[in-house]
Amino acid sequence: MKKIINLLKSFLLIELLKGMALTGRHLFSRKITVQYPEEKTPQSFRFRGLHAQRRYANGEERCIGCKLCEAVCPALAIKIEVAEREDGTRRTTQYDIDLTKCIFCGFCEESCPVDAIVETRILEYHGENRGDLYYTKAMLLAVGDKYEEQIAQDRAADAKYR
Amino acid sequence: MEAQVLGILQWLLSQVGLWDLVWGYLEPVWTVLWILIKIVVIVAPIMVTVAYLTLAERKILGYMQDRVGPNRVGYWGLLQPLADGIKLLMKEIIIPTGSNKFLFVMAPVLALAPALAAWAVVPFADGMVLANVNAGLLYLLAMTSVGVYGIIIAGWASNSKYAFLGSLRSAAQIVSYELPMGFALVCVLMVAQSMNLGDIVSGQQNGYGMLGWYFIPLFPMFVVYFISGVAETNRAPFDLAEDESVIVAGFHTEYSGMGFALFFLAEYANMILIAALTSVMFLGGWLSPLPQSWVPEVPVLGMLLGGGIHWMLAKMSFFLFVFIWLRATFPRYRYDQLMRLGWKVLIPLTLVWVVVIGAWMQTSYWLW
Repeated sequence: MKKIINLLKSFLLIELLKGMALTGRHLFSRKITVQYPEEKTPQSFRFRGLHAQRRYANGEERCIGCKLCEAVCPALAIKIEVAEREDGTRRTTQYDIDLTKCIFCGFCEESCPVDAIVETRILEYHGENRGDLYYTKAMLLAVGDKYEEQIAQDRAADAKYR
Repeated sequence: MEAQVLGILQWLLSQVGLWDLVWGYLEPVWTVLWILIKIVVIVAPIMVTVAYLTLAERKILGYMQDRVGPNRVGYWGLLQPLADGIKLLMKEIIIPTGSNKFLFVMAPVLALAPALAAWAVVPFADGMVLANVNAGLLYLLAMTSVGVYGIIIAGWASNSKYAFLGSLRSAAQIVSYELPMGFALVCVLMVAQSMNLGDIVSGQQNGYGMLGWYFIPLFPMFVVYFISGVAETNRAPFDLAEDESVIVAGFHTEYSGMGFALFFLAEYANMILIAALTSVMFLGGWLSPLPQSWVPEVPVLGMLLGGGIHWMLAKMSFFLFVFIWLRATFPRYRYDQLMRLGWKVLIPLTLVWVVVIGAWMQTSYWLW
């Protein structure tokens, strides 16, 4: 008897029709695609995108050239040269990040004692020539100057978890 | 139709006083010219349909997978087929070393030509058919079988093992599924008592609307025919000839640019053909599902509800949708399962139904 029922079931294509009903229902379901350039997914304040160098409110750059980030960088993407400035403080003369080497682990940001090097939420950047993604100190400071408001907000939001 | 077209042409040319001159040249070749015009009128829309069927397929597949499908080229992605076409035209055609160049180039043509030639006998509406052949059904079976030569030759001429395996699979598959397809059509021609497709459709008109269509007495054959049609066009879930995960792209692995595009065209033209044939044989072609007596004598509404080419197109669209729906739903058959389904399920079923129909038609319970 069971055999006959199974035979009938397979000849009436019941399982197949069930499958088609499922895909048929999905035809009308809500689409989950994010239409990228127009719509974007929400980002965490811990998002690790393009790097930036920050300044204090008085315009003095934060970096003191301790080289902790250079030491911790697992991809060896950071190169720092340090010299004494006229006022006797220790400052970097060169601070380069090779973004083609960088793995965006965020260790540099973690290790920095003065929150000078940070990773921003910027993810849409590109280079059109070889070397465009080799960011020098001036470029990093420029990014920091441009997005300081957002960076400060994100640091503040993350502060209570640190 | 011919007289109206000639009339319009005559009126147009008479306006500039050229009619006598032009007709002097045209008259000897008019018959041929008229056939050529009809061919263009059939083939051009098929090509456009193929182009938009690819878009429809990607859209529907996308929607069934909770995506949105292509929507960047033109509004709602409507220019996508055009962009694809231009891309394929611009691409380099690579002819593999060690391939048979003549056959390699001929194979896509051999695949596409029968797919288009078969349309000659398909009636779109009452009397709207290119060639009203009495053995139309036989012609169709012949044409759909010839299509496989393109695939076999493509696989052999490519000098590639993947292409060769794909074409072997395709050959075996089409031979197996030709049989249930043929037997399903035997049932149709037994019931219709004719091999002329136009007569088959008129045979389904009996004053009861869709109750007179052959899919009711021949329901198992209707399903078998459509399944075999899916297998015959190498569509999912029977697309073993181009099994991506196993043999790269099957028979067209080595084709690029327009060669590949022609195979694509052939596959989709075949899909449309199977959709048209299923509607003609089983769903009453251009007939309206409403009984003749229910159709009101109102100008526009009466024309819409009465029979006509729009019903044919609607039925074809439905079957094309089912083609894509099947692809969205089912995983690909394993090769032995495919053969088992063809030989051990579909062929016995059709054989039984031929006998059942034969016996049924002798009794007084036969209403069609």
